[in-house]
Amino acid sequence: MDANEHGDVIEVTDLRRVYGGGFEAVRGISFSVRRGEVFALLGTNGAGKTSTVELLEGLARPAGGRVRVLGRDPYAERAVVRPRTGVMLQEGGFPSELTVAETARMWAGCVSGARPEREVLALVGLERRAGVRVKQLSGGERRRLDLALALLGEPEVLFLDEPTTGLDAEGRRETWELVGALRDGGTTVLLTTHYLEEAEDLADRLAILHEGRIAAAGTPAEVTAAQPSRISFELPDGYFLGDLPPLGELGVSGHEAEGNVVRLRTRELQRTATGVLGWAERAGVELRRLDVRSASLEEAFLGIAREASSETAEEYAA
Amino acid sequence: MSGAVTTPAGRVAALARAELTLFGRSKGMIVTAVFVPLVLPVSARAAVQDMDLAGSGLNVGLVVLPGAIGFSLLFAVYSALVGVFVGRREELVLKRLRTGEPRDGEILAGAALPAVATGLVQCLILAVGCSVLLDVAAPEAPQLAVVGVGLSLVMCAALAAVTASFTRTVESAQVTSVPLLMASAVGSGVAVPLELMPDRVASVLELLPLSPVMTLVRGGWTGELSAYEAVGPVMTALAWTLLGVFAVRRWFRWEPRR
Repeated sequence: MDANEHGDVIEVTDLRRVYGGGFEAVRGISFSVRRGEVFALLGTNGAGKTSTVELLEGLARPAGGRVRVLGRDPYAERAVVRPRTGVMLQEGGFPSELTVAETARMWAGCVSGARPEREVLALVGLERRAGVRVKQLSGGERRRLDLALALLGEPEVLFLDEPTTGLDAEGRRETWELVGALRDGGTTVLLTTHYLEEAEDLADRLAILHEGRIAAAGTPAEVTAAQPSRISFELPDGYFLGDLPPLGELGVSGHEAEGNVVRLRTRELQRTATGVLGWAERAGVELRRLDVRSASLEEAFLGIAREASSETAEEYAA
Repeated sequence: MSGAVTTPAGRVAALARAELTLFGRSKGMIVTAVFVPLVLPVSARAAVQDMDLAGSGLNVGLVVLPGAIGFSLLFAVYSALVGVFVGRREELVLKRLRTGEPRDGEILAGAALPAVATGLVQCLILAVGCSVLLDVAAPEAPQLAVVGVGLSLVMCAALAAVTASFTRTVESAQVTSVPLLMASAVGSGVAVPLELMPDRVASVLELLPLSPVMTLVRGGWTGELSAYEAVGPVMTALAWTLLGVFAVRRWFRWEPRR
């Protein structure tokens, strides 16, 4: 039994994690990842990404809820789950005085069905650094060594906690290509990131975490579509928001005015933009610092963070 | 080994091999774990020659040898391993290993094996060296010494892991390991044989972790410890070992405090 009837290889139900001091890092989240999918957990620092991934990796027992990886409990049934998963932690975890080759040999001795160490080192471009001590590697090289070792056993499920943090643009692109190739080969990948373009590029589906809860989930397109587009501009002196045609007729779903600066939210960007620009043309008004942007994952991300924090503010106020 | 399914022994061997490489690269480790225990008995000999051993049934060799074995267990195994466990934890090596196939016990065993092997080899060298240099006769009941040293090696590794649980940095390991070192040197007959202490005091000090191995090694050489008399020390050593293992399972920290 590797997956449930829907083909999910990772199932998370109402998961909770509470730390020793009583801090609730994960507050009841549910999601599932299908075989061969790349799933991204997005969030700001402290959103609960790593706390969640550690539960999926079986490093800790959840305070509540359920995790299944390949149909098994990764904590209680680690012996059956571990040979089929690969893990890259957020930070290192290799003795600094060992060389790359020695580190790989140590890992290979602990991985069932390990492929030759040279092969995985070549995969991440570290074959020429085999004789170098880990402490002398750059931050990016260390990340790549970590990734290489996570791939040593050709895992069916791969957990990558911020795989590209500390990498330069080139290294990041290479890692993306590698993850893409793994997905094409049928590997299921769960990754965390705070790079939105990384999630947009790589992920089939994603969940945005905020303060231990899932604030939005779906394909990048779905999450983006749930967010309004935005138009902002500055009116000349003497003009006010009320001078525009009725906002409802323009398809505006929300607005803010701060001095001369006007920000509009809309789900019908073309209609709103045409309305605003047509009015400006007719009225002979120059809209300064005009900015028209359709919803992006970044907007969605920032919007969720903003909404959620204003909600908490209200909770405190109440 | 490509393609093979790993076994517990294979995993421990892979980890121990890496740890042995690290051991060879750490000058501090080589000094505490190899140099100190082998040099100490030479300097201890002079002090022991001044002791009033008449009436205790001991001679210089029978004081120096158990003491030397005690120091080896304390420095080469216990003290060295506190540093190893803390160092690997702070580098997140233990956490990283726990994401893989090795079980918790295998991770600790792999890390401990080189130091335990060093301790064992030293005990053998010391036994042979003292026999030759200090004119100690062959042991009358070697099985007692073997049981004593064997149990103590495991116990010292377990107690090192316990000590590492409440040690935050490799530097502070030099402080947190002092209590057991001092208690053993003074109270377990490592530096001064318990036979030279008042009976009441001695009967309490016999319960310290390293006291049994002193008694068993000395008894193994003199042959004056009956099987019945050996039960006490063996039980004491076993109790400390089990206590250590229990404490590790309960309190061992696998990753740094945040």
